[in-house]
Amino acid sequence: MIDIQPVAAPGAPLARRNPVAKVAAALVFSFVLLATLDPVAPALAIAVELAVLPLFGVRYRLLALRAWPLLASAVGVLVTLVLFAADRSGRVLLDASPVLVTSGVLVTALGLVLRLLAVALPGIIVFATTDATDLADALIQNAKAPARFAIGALAAFRLVPLLGQEWQMISMARRARGVDAGRNPVARLRLFVSTAFALLVGAIRRGTRLAVAMDARGFDAGVPRTVARRQRFGLADWALIASAAVVSGAALTVSVLLGTFRPLIG
Amino acid sequence: MFREGGVAVGSVVLRGFGWRHAGRKRWAVRGLDLRVERGERVLLLGPSGAGKSTLLAALAGLLPEDSGEQEGTVEIDGLDPRKARERVGIVFQDPESQLVMARCGDDVAFGLENRGVPAEEIWPRVDEALRRVGFPYRRDRPTAALSGGEQQRLALAGTLALRPELLLLDEPTANLDPAGAAQVRRAVAEALDADTTLILVEHRVTEALPLVDRVVVVEPGGGVRADGTPEAVFAAHGDVLAAEGVWVPGHPVPPRRAAGPAGDLLITADRLGLPPRLAPTDLSVRAGEALAVLGPNGAGKSTLALLLGGLLRPGAGRVTASAELAGRDARTPPHRWRAPALARRIGSVFQDPEHQFVTGTVRDELALGPRRTGTPEPAVRATVDELLERLGLAALAGANPYTLSGGEARRLSVATALATAPRLLICDEPTFGQDRRTWRELVDLFAGLRDAGHGIVAVTHDADFVAALADRTVTLERRP
Repeated sequence: MIDIQPVAAPGAPLARRNPVAKVAAALVFSFVLLATLDPVAPALAIAVELAVLPLFGVRYRLLALRAWPLLASAVGVLVTLVLFAADRSGRVLLDASPVLVTSGVLVTALGLVLRLLAVALPGIIVFATTDATDLADALIQNAKAPARFAIGALAAFRLVPLLGQEWQMISMARRARGVDAGRNPVARLRLFVSTAFALLVGAIRRGTRLAVAMDARGFDAGVPRTVARRQRFGLADWALIASAAVVSGAALTVSVLLGTFRPLIG
Repeated sequence: MFREGGVAVGSVVLRGFGWRHAGRKRWAVRGLDLRVERGERVLLLGPSGAGKSTLLAALAGLLPEDSGEQEGTVEIDGLDPRKARERVGIVFQDPESQLVMARCGDDVAFGLENRGVPAEEIWPRVDEALRRVGFPYRRDRPTAALSGGEQQRLALAGTLALRPELLLLDEPTANLDPAGAAQVRRAVAEALDADTTLILVEHRVTEALPLVDRVVVVEPGGGVRADGTPEAVFAAHGDVLAAEGVWVPGHPVPPRRAAGPAGDLLITADRLGLPPRLAPTDLSVRAGEALAVLGPNGAGKSTLALLLGGLLRPGAGRVTASAELAGRDARTPPHRWRAPALARRIGSVFQDPEHQFVTGTVRDELALGPRRTGTPEPAVRATVDELLERLGLAALAGANPYTLSGGEARRLSVATALATAPRLLICDEPTFGQDRRTWRELVDLFAGLRDAGHGIVAVTHDADFVAALADRTVTLERRP
């Protein structure tokens, strides 16, 4: 089952901010950090992200649950780079031929992994604290996104958890028909493709029915829509975006002052 | 009667109306002359394929001009339905694909937002609509947490909130269990204003009759066959309608009891369970008997069918196949058997036939199982031809399974399970939403299989089906 529900305490001061402001702040924060390759700025950024987590009402254990695929890929990147990177400069830390670990390799790998985490965490925090309906409402009302796009995506999103159950049913139905792959990898791949195709056919049919039902209730009929749920974008929301820019800028400044700054370009 | 420029408000007028979907040879509906006045309650009947759903789609303005070819005229209050969309509301069969939003109140508000209703009026109208359909929850209830009957009542509230003059219901209870269907019918009966026009399509006539005062029978070839009060229409056309598959009141179906006593034991469930979906359950099935599994929604009936069918691993207890069913494999539980071995012994028919289709034609679909289980090709062809004939699918041998009607798809899904000649057949709601003709064919088919020594397990809500076929019943309790 795919978990798409927000997990934050709804009253937390930053979780309550306008969803568009939260997304914008996350984008600004991440974008500034992309400018450097050094490990110091992203390390500072991660420290800030973890420090503000309670303000978003997210508990650390929940964040770890949401972020574990990210952590796993970070470890993967670290190991791969340490073993295979071409750059072998700096002090030799470990020489177990053919594996040669140097300080240069370690700094580069660490920088990349920290960057990955620092850039991705804001997005994870925002989606852990934002209700999909609120995000669609705010996109329409505050970011002037077309309702056709935002509400359509929202309705499609609601069908996503059904796909997991559907996949299980199709797989069982195939087994009942005498279709299984056993240990043959080619047969496994073919079964996977044909199950995915059946899932896709079902999803398109369901999507078409949903589109007709939305049509019947006047969706996208050219009448100007009103909004039942007002999303406000206030000073506090602007302040959130500004703070994101200031804090990530500060992290870069510290890195420059310490002399570790390595620009992405140049 | 209210008049507006000489046209009755809320009236529906069809003159020689016909519609052919783009790319089809056959007209879905043709030569229809019909007039429905404001406040009338009409039940639209006709055999499967008579074009009832197409007619409702036309009235709801949901057939774009470029999606087919039109004959004659259709008018609502003197307007093309595509221009009278705000006067018409429609509720469809499938609850899952009608709800748009994640929370119940938001879903009812969705249509009001689309129509540009001022923001301060939206929530009072949402609350009123929810109250009218007897909706038991608060506005922030997640739509995913509702039962089928509750979801359909919510869809009805979403439509009623728009205050339609004409309400169209396209088999709104066909996918629901009896309790859910009764809830929806009660909601329709109580929520309608006296001057709202209702046009209802429904197979289950007896249950629908209290909602209507007029019955219109659509002729499959075109035109209207009968039109009048339910009593008059059924007195004149009841026998023919029943033979064509309509569930006409007062036409009972003769029961098919087992010809002899049950035979050898086929399968046993011993404290079988799968927390939290199914509490521990004991049962056994013998050759030559039909066992019906009953119980309310959420009691785990479908889970039990999957466990017995060797498709799910038991969470508790075990399933044991007898040597009669499984030979030397009787020592291993069915869920560990290879798929071809399973298909030769236990056939499973799923609730949604489309889940089971794997190939591109009806013929290949029937041949798949026998080929997978290593049957030589001449024998495969003989089996396929026999099944095509027996289940009335011969004319559809080259058709794509996904293009079949509901009744045809159901017969095909049963036929595919029979193709490998399993001794035990397990069906999940085999008669769901079927017209009377398909229903009778299924009862005859299952009775014949049982008398030929097959064991049959049917998970079902259908009391008529149980009365007509079951030799024994097992009732599951709702989980505590």
